[in-house]
Amino acid sequence: MGSSPALRLQPSSCIERPQIAFTDVSLTLGGKTIVENINLDVKPGEFLCIIGASGCGKTTALRLAAALYQPTSGTVTFDGEAMQVPRRDIAIVFQDYGKALLPWRTAAGNVSLALETIGVASSQRASRIEELLKKVGLPGHAGKYPAEMSGGMQQRLQIARCLAQEPKALLMDEPFGALDAMTRQGLQDEVLSLVAASGATVIFVTHDLEEAIYLGDRVIGLLPHPGRIGIELKIDLPRPRDQLTTRENPEFLRLRRELFDFIKASEA
Amino acid sequence: MIPERIKAFLLPIGALVALELWARAVHLQSDSLAPPSAIAAALVEAFKDGSILVATRDTLTSAFAGLLVGGAVGLAFGIALGIFHIFDRLMEVTIEAIRPIPSIALLPIALIALGFGYRMEILIVAFACVWPILILSRAAVSAIEPRLIEVSRALRLSPPDRVRKIIIPAALPRIFLAFRLAAGIALIVAVTVEIAINPIGLGAAIMTAQQALRPDLMLAYLLWIGLVGYLLNTGLVIAQRHLFGRAALVGDAA
Repeated sequence: MGSSPALRLQPSSCIERPQIAFTDVSLTLGGKTIVENINLDVKPGEFLCIIGASGCGKTTALRLAAALYQPTSGTVTFDGEAMQVPRRDIAIVFQDYGKALLPWRTAAGNVSLALETIGVASSQRASRIEELLKKVGLPGHAGKYPAEMSGGMQQRLQIARCLAQEPKALLMDEPFGALDAMTRQGLQDEVLSLVAASGATVIFVTHDLEEAIYLGDRVIGLLPHPGRIGIELKIDLPRPRDQLTTRENPEFLRLRRELFDFIKASEA
Repeated sequence: MIPERIKAFLLPIGALVALELWARAVHLQSDSLAPPSAIAAALVEAFKDGSILVATRDTLTSAFAGLLVGGAVGLAFGIALGIFHIFDRLMEVTIEAIRPIPSIALLPIALIALGFGYRMEILIVAFACVWPILILSRAAVSAIEPRLIEVSRALRLSPPDRVRKIIIPAALPRIFLAFRLAAGIALIVAVTVEIAINPIGLGAAIMTAQQALRPDLMLAYLLWIGLVGYLLNTGLVIAQRHLFGRAALVGDAA
């Protein structure tokens, strides 16, 4: 992998400034290098998926993008500004929705937390909450507590809370990893249409190769120990994507093969 | 079929009846025991002349004031220690050195400093209440789901908002449990101080009855203290269910 600069997506024709840019980012925690020399540009509105074997630093990369971690060396910028602290226009969807929601607040109260924080006047919150819950398919559940909702509903609620921040970028950390296959496919399509409607940039971490190809404009694969970019694939599948036809597309199958071989080689 | 709730009363009622019959059969003459009917009569008499109400007021005033003072100190330190690990390290030895001192051992010092009366009793109750609340609220704060702290960081909540909207509500069910525990301790310590030396409240009333050779009155006060403690705890349990019906689903619902 001596070609890491070549892996940096920088189409010469592209005059658009990247929204999220990693420049030579490394992170060392407790003497252990978790990720090393990551160079990555994410364009505004792009849907980038990150895949890799467990322990390869996918989640760490996402946390660096959220500024929940600061790099040991290198810089992470958002809209050209270096990030010292998390930003409210970047929302993060955690995998463990059950832990990320406030159990003492109702669905409406959980969405309200984000609205309160970004300073939405209390008179406008109720209508915004209703609108957001409707958007994620939870109309009529405003008064329920997270403990009274299924896993899929809880993850929808967390997404609604993130959308309430009106984020420019949405960072998703294996958001559907704990859900059953049917719920997962439904949520994949919902996320695609929500993102298409909002125009947000997305970084989506997953260990499911098919999910990455199905959702992304681009997929990068990380190699483990230390985490670094090992493969980058542009996904030229037509949008809107369809659970049947997209997954049967020969290009989809070719990409799946390529990623599968990459993961196998990276684990060897 | 006897309803379940009534079954629980069969044993104590049976015991009382047996005790009454036995006391009458042997024509009980004792400085420490009295037939249930005499105890009941003494209780009614104490209510009629109002002495039991005054004593209850004095004991509960001291117990609650001590609980509030000790609880406030314990809560403030507990939350601060739970949030700031450096502070926790700094205080560790100090706290572990002071905590094992039995609160009642402060009696001689408190008596010299404050004399008889409410203030001395409140101080000793407060000392006893600080520890359970400090230790349980510290544990409650440090047991808060780290993901919630991360959510508050990602949303960039201000430090006061972080305490108000995340830390306190997340720790509150356990903190309330600590207060329930401390309320029981407050009552025990208040009565102990009164029995040992302070001439007010229910504890002093028991001592007076004992010295007046009135076992019926003494046992009436004893029963009444048990009843007060039971009502106190029941009230707090009901309040807990009412306040944290939903939130109690997380953490220990005990």
